[in-house]
Amino acid sequence: MTKEYRTVTKIAGPLVFVEKTEPVGYGELVGVALSDGTTRRGQVLDTSKEAVVVQIFEGTSGMDKASGVRFLGETLKLPVSLDMLGRILSGSGDPLDGGPRVVPDKRLDITGSAINPWARDSPKEFIQTGISTIDGMNTLVRGQKLPIFSGAGLPHNDIALQIARQAKVPTATAEFAVIFAAMGITNEEAQYFMRDFERTGALKRAVVFLNLADDPAVERLITPRLALTAAEYLAYEHDMHVLVILTDLTNYCEALRQIGAAREEVPGRQGYPGYMYTDLATLYERAGKIKGRKGSITQFPILTMPGDDITHPIPDLTGYITEGQIVISRDLHRKGIYPPINVLPSLSRLMNAGIGKDMTREDHKSVSDQVYAAYAEGNDLRGLAAIVGKEALSDRDKRFLSFADLFEDRFVRQGREEDRDIETTLGLSWELLGSLPEGVLTRLDRKFIQKYHPAHKGERAAAAKP
Amino acid sequence: MEEKGQVYRVSGPVVTAEGIRPRMYDVVAVGQEKLMGEVIGLEGDRSIIQVYEDTSGIRPGEEVTNTAMPLMVELGPGLVKSIYDGIQRPLPVLRDRMGDFIRRGVSAPGLDRSRKWAFVPKAKPGDKVAPGQIIGSVQETKYIQHHILVPPRVSGTLSTINAGSYTVTETVAALDNGTPLQLMQKWPVRMGRPFRNRKMPDVPLITGQRILDALFPVAKGGTAAIPGPFGSGKTVTQHQLSKWSDAEIVVYVGCGERGNEMTEVLSEFPHLLDPKTGAPLMDRTVLIANTSNMPVAAREASVYTGVTIAEYYRDMGLNVSLMADSTSRWAEALREISSRLEEMPGEEGYPAYLAAKLSAFYERAGRVETLAGHDASVTVVGAVSPPGGDFSEPVTQNTLRIVKVFWALDSKLAQRRHFPAINWLSSYSLYGGILDKWYNDNVSPDWTRLRGWAMEVLQKEAELQEIVQLVGSDALPEEQQLLLEVARMIREIFLQQNAYHEVDSFCPMSRQLQLLSTIRRFSDLSTRAMEGTIPLSKIASMKSKEVLAKARFEKDFEGELKKVLELMASEFAAAGK
Repeated sequence: MTKEYRTVTKIAGPLVFVEKTEPVGYGELVGVALSDGTTRRGQVLDTSKEAVVVQIFEGTSGMDKASGVRFLGETLKLPVSLDMLGRILSGSGDPLDGGPRVVPDKRLDITGSAINPWARDSPKEFIQTGISTIDGMNTLVRGQKLPIFSGAGLPHNDIALQIARQAKVPTATAEFAVIFAAMGITNEEAQYFMRDFERTGALKRAVVFLNLADDPAVERLITPRLALTAAEYLAYEHDMHVLVILTDLTNYCEALRQIGAAREEVPGRQGYPGYMYTDLATLYERAGKIKGRKGSITQFPILTMPGDDITHPIPDLTGYITEGQIVISRDLHRKGIYPPINVLPSLSRLMNAGIGKDMTREDHKSVSDQVYAAYAEGNDLRGLAAIVGKEALSDRDKRFLSFADLFEDRFVRQGREEDRDIETTLGLSWELLGSLPEGVLTRLDRKFIQKYHPAHKGERAAAAKP
Repeated sequence: MEEKGQVYRVSGPVVTAEGIRPRMYDVVAVGQEKLMGEVIGLEGDRSIIQVYEDTSGIRPGEEVTNTAMPLMVELGPGLVKSIYDGIQRPLPVLRDRMGDFIRRGVSAPGLDRSRKWAFVPKAKPGDKVAPGQIIGSVQETKYIQHHILVPPRVSGTLSTINAGSYTVTETVAALDNGTPLQLMQKWPVRMGRPFRNRKMPDVPLITGQRILDALFPVAKGGTAAIPGPFGSGKTVTQHQLSKWSDAEIVVYVGCGERGNEMTEVLSEFPHLLDPKTGAPLMDRTVLIANTSNMPVAAREASVYTGVTIAEYYRDMGLNVSLMADSTSRWAEALREISSRLEEMPGEEGYPAYLAAKLSAFYERAGRVETLAGHDASVTVVGAVSPPGGDFSEPVTQNTLRIVKVFWALDSKLAQRRHFPAINWLSSYSLYGGILDKWYNDNVSPDWTRLRGWAMEVLQKEAELQEIVQLVGSDALPEEQQLLLEVARMIREIFLQQNAYHEVDSFCPMSRQLQLLSTIRRFSDLSTRAMEGTIPLSKIASMKSKEVLAKARFEKDFEGELKKVLELMASEFAAAGK
């Protein structure tokens, strides 16, 4: 039986200061018994011979200095087993669906450890999401971490759900699982996700962790770690391909700032702690593949950019860690285009590894480069056209201008249930490029133009005849 | 002398100990698991230690041992082709010992103790030897002859020296005062290795990247910074430099960056060939990977580990380049540790000594005369990741005060898929003048003028673009429209380079010259043709321009270029009729 201390000297926000303890380990789990008989959990943030600082996950409201503190001698662990699939758990891992506690196969430390870079396997299997702007222009591969940068009021949840529903590897039929971790989202949003999971039957293959807006903020710091621990268990011990959706990282970072302030730390940019980069990295870097193991972890973190500002510390530090980003645009959304993904600031760093001959199609890279360049040029010309009028533009410029419109209307826009395969997406790209003069297609090899360009369809048909 | 004390306090990676009296930067072992740490502060009878591994579970009262030695790296054959973490533990060995994840409390020597190397002496008994002198060599990889040097501060007369097969710790020679010499030596990472004197860096580091070699060259022994927002191509540029630059040894430090990027290097480098020797690139590369989720204190140490290894190869008379990606993550590690120490913060929470630390690091670059009298260099290229792409932040600004070359990455160019996304208007190289002589002697006597012309066209284009934004390009006089056309050719044909294309990825100087001269020729012919009242529309639609745009992707570049020149001549002749 561990000793109970009644030597709390100070309570500040989520932090409790305990004195005159026996040596306590850094990061140890703590149980606190309140005078009303309830218990809470926490973790040691700072330990010395004189005092221990404990962070309480559920918050400190209702606590007094007479609370009893026990140090449990171990770090926070998550009980895991295959029975977790289909379950809905709280942000600290307790059942919310009325079911029994998970009978553990193992109990795993939730902080996880860094994957040895030498043990990593490079992600290169193309995941088809059925969304043209992702598959064609910002291709996702297994083991990648690709966040969605969104803003308040934009349909990022719909996009995440559509991806979760449609994502598949065309060539393989391995087991997959979806892990959904909600951090500080509203009850209504959570319901929206849950309904969709139930409607499509995805819940059977999912583990859901819910920390809702009215749950304690400190708990948000452990929710994604529980989710990723469960993901690692399923991926590396049961060979599953796991898709992890984390939403909303902005709430996570707010919680981080709150704790930092309570600890009276020296703040970094905009009051966020200086170690936020490292802290976020310990989440995002848990995506990946390991040599010799079959499973993989692909991450889709969702964050809302405060004020749609991509230079805000949260999207900024995220972009420096993740392998690209999908940026949702308010302008496209206002135009009534779904999914309003702006391909220009979007990027997938691992795209080149997953596309090309034998994976998608030989012309994929050049076509996407060409579409990018043409859309960027057309988009730039919109500014000019607004000043001098469309008529004053040269013929070449007019063609680019109409390319940009066509691109948004035909390529970007698609239905919420529309699942386009990669052939359709690439075919669509060629069709749109066909509206430009052949001479400006400098990024395309002659052999690809002959093989795929709509203008050469006649020649190809003629050549195919004996 | 080892001494033992106790843990007093643990707060993240910072541990306070009592009962030991170390010097600053002594290495200590913390706790039962003997986690490695370094003393970074002394306060009364307490020592403040940054620990290189995760400190969860460490309790006050656990044992702390002072080794009374600073943090050292092992230098000797076997460094090349290795991949280390920030404190020189070989990652493959760590994987064998603790599995796919980095756990703690495992120490592993930097150099393999069991591997034998064939040592060939170059000195004989009775020879007087001085620090830095070469006493023999081993063949480290096919093209790297690894010289065995007398360690700094050691000198005397050789009493024995024997050829044969040795491990790194066996004695290969001895001095008459009894000092044994091995294939391996150790050196404290925070101290620069000595050399005789500094030399003027007047030879360029040829990188095969057109915009760098032609417009903003870095000298061998120089310093360069690549700042840019995320997604603008810092890492790709760093990879390109480590692949194609004409250094003999490349040390690549992945400091606080993505794990998958290191995997990419590891899977790609063994299959790529060094354009100079034809050997796999891995045969000249040392990798240091301390990814963003690995312990933050080891990240702080990783750049020093890297630069010390670079200096060691420099001392053999080689040209070494060091890539540090990214120095911002290193600065953040400093900030994190500083804030745990509750130091008074400077700008944006960075410690006040940030500038001093950065300049001390970049000063370890340089072209020198080594102790043995060789001409050798360490070139340092640091990536900077400014928050929000804002170059006015402290790390970028303090870096720019030190480095001589600035390659500014621009997210606007990256979004337009103009790669490398280096902005030609805001980038600069202060080596331009010093290196002109080399370029004019080795590339073409016309080089300086050609480069000046290209820069002038790009500069004028930027001015004209402002007008075009207001009135459209058709409103400009034809000669200015031609300039815009030529500038477009320079941008699209010369400055853009496809890092993923097997031919275009590396462009030798001779091709850079031909490509740029051909664009110049097109410009000259067009100017002359327009004086003879040929309309611009006719010139703009010439086929030779399109063929030229694709020539850089052809294996037979010279043949293709000849065709372009012929086509150009005939097209202009036809237009004149």
